[in-house]
Amino acid sequence: MTPAAAALPQLPKAPTGIDGLDEITNGGLPLGRPTLICGSAGCGKTLMSVEFLVRGALEFDEPGVLMAFEETADELAANVTSLGFDLKQLVADKKLRLDHVHVDRSEIEETGEYDLEGLFIRLGYAIDSIGAKRVVLDTIESLFSGFSNQAVLRSEIRRLFRWLKEKGVTTVITAERGDGSLTRQGLEEYVSDCVILLDNRVVNQITTRRLRIVKYRGSTHGTNEYPYLITENGISVLPVTSLKLEHDVSNEVVSTGVPGLDEMFTRRGLYRGSSVLITGTAGTAKTTLAAAFAAEACRRGERSLYFAFEESPQQLLRNMDSVGLHLRPFVEQGLLHIEASRPTLNGLEQHLVTIHKLIAQLQPRTVIIDPISNLVSVGSLTEVRGMLTRLIDYLKVQGITALFTALVSGGRTNQEMTEEGVSSLVDTWIHVRDLEGIGERNRGVSILKARGMAHSNQVREFLVTSEGIRLLDVVIGPGGIVTGASRHTQYMQEQAAGLAAQQEIERRERELERKRRVLEATIANLRTEFESVEEELRRSNQEEEQRQHELTQGRRQIAAGVGQRPGGATPGSESSNS
Amino acid sequence: MDEEIWELRLYVAGQTVKSVTALTNLKRYCEEHLKGRYVIEVVDLLENPQLAEGDQILAIPTLVRKVPSPIRKIIGDLSNQERVLVGLDIRPAHK
Repeated sequence: MTPAAAALPQLPKAPTGIDGLDEITNGGLPLGRPTLICGSAGCGKTLMSVEFLVRGALEFDEPGVLMAFEETADELAANVTSLGFDLKQLVADKKLRLDHVHVDRSEIEETGEYDLEGLFIRLGYAIDSIGAKRVVLDTIESLFSGFSNQAVLRSEIRRLFRWLKEKGVTTVITAERGDGSLTRQGLEEYVSDCVILLDNRVVNQITTRRLRIVKYRGSTHGTNEYPYLITENGISVLPVTSLKLEHDVSNEVVSTGVPGLDEMFTRRGLYRGSSVLITGTAGTAKTTLAAAFAAEACRRGERSLYFAFEESPQQLLRNMDSVGLHLRPFVEQGLLHIEASRPTLNGLEQHLVTIHKLIAQLQPRTVIIDPISNLVSVGSLTEVRGMLTRLIDYLKVQGITALFTALVSGGRTNQEMTEEGVSSLVDTWIHVRDLEGIGERNRGVSILKARGMAHSNQVREFLVTSEGIRLLDVVIGPGGIVTGASRHTQYMQEQAAGLAAQQEIERRERELERKRRVLEATIANLRTEFESVEEELRRSNQEEEQRQHELTQGRRQIAAGVGQRPGGATPGSESSNS
Repeated sequence: MDEEIWELRLYVAGQTVKSVTALTNLKRYCEEHLKGRYVIEVVDLLENPQLAEGDQILAIPTLVRKVPSPIRKIIGDLSNQERVLVGLDIRPAHK
């Protein structure tokens, strides 16, 4: 970790080019030193060593010599043709030299002292003729059956390895696994720099090949047992856990394909490149959710890969058509690839390799595996977990959004546990469940976790309709969120209550109107009354004024015409005067 | 059969003690049992390493009986006369 430590020279290594092996060995086999590959029959020792040579010649420009003690050059060439290795071409290009060493005790008589200088000369000649940097001795133990003088043989083998080291060639020696020891002849005593053990195990009728680095002097290395496969492209070692956790992350959000579900996440969807787990009991529409996700990705024009372990592609297409998810056009456009197989068809590792290969081939942005719980039928839980860890790691490094479905058993206690224990590996966990009420089953979806995003805490009821999945609005009853028939009851009750309230309001308004009218009538009455009183008052006032006026007039006349006779004719005379 | 010329080839790697011993021994046996009807060819692999592959030579020294067929190989310094004669399938003439 410190700069000083980092500056120290690392043990030089020769990359093997074999998938995954360089990762476990931190760069390859020790350069210029012998490495022992041991294992029982059928482990692929020869294959691994041949691949080491071929990849060296093709990818790292290091020519190699293959000294075969068991198979002839033609046999070897034929055996590895199936893996796409053209040994004859490499030989013609002077990148490879095959030397078949035939040892048969019946043809050889031993008389007195001898050594194996002939072998050295042959090997030396082969190395020098093409400038080889890599040598494979497959399998040198055959010598033990060819010569009876073990003492000479052992000292010669010891000398051979020393000699190979001095020549600076990276050597791979294969050996058969022995009882109680790594090799039958104890070759591990001579090869002390790096020992790789191959193992072939059959558990529950399924074969898994495993590789372990027993020792690697002067270098750190993965110490676990790593499953490996012999594929069409050679050997592929799968490190159970990636050595580092440092993939890039995307801030982009993609839709789940179900609008209502998107809304349950504050960012309205899932992060691109994250992994999503949908768990649920049987018949809770996990596949439908998965298909909706795939369809949404295809609508965005992104390539998707759907691994179906339960249904055939045709069945899946038909079933999804029935819920309004028309995947067929996407399949025809080449956007959606459905890969269906029975989980029991292959071992877990083979599945993983198939997945890897299809991903490499199709370059999808979205991968769906439906369901992962079925894989348990071909492996133990630990193995499945290991495989899924690797798969999730791989997908994350590739920036592929992954969706897995898993069937969980219906028991109350572990309803939210996944048997595979992958829940800690995934970023988002959506759980669908049966909400069983009186006489009915409803489906509910909830988000158990969503890394890096706030999300709804509600269990949302949803319907699988002929137009897809529809999340229903949340209805809160007296006892919390209600679903199904209770939802209807609640709805009806609310409607009735609403109606009653409406009627009450209308009644009150009518009442008010009535009161207003009564009041207005009263006001009108009062006004009329007031008007009549006013009129009365006004008339009496006028009369009074009239009377006062006449009185004043009368007094004036009296004052003016003293001689005049008082009488009724006076006003008349007055008026005739004027 | 008796008139057939025996072709023997001895593979060595330089003039080592074992090689010299082997050649001396071989010559002695041939003079004793195959006088006048043998050819010995000595191949030094240090000079001609490419020849090692043809006769599947691993051990040094190796004596190969090319003719009469079938091919037989004897490795070592040929110090055990009895085994060499058995190996080469030579029936002692004087007995």
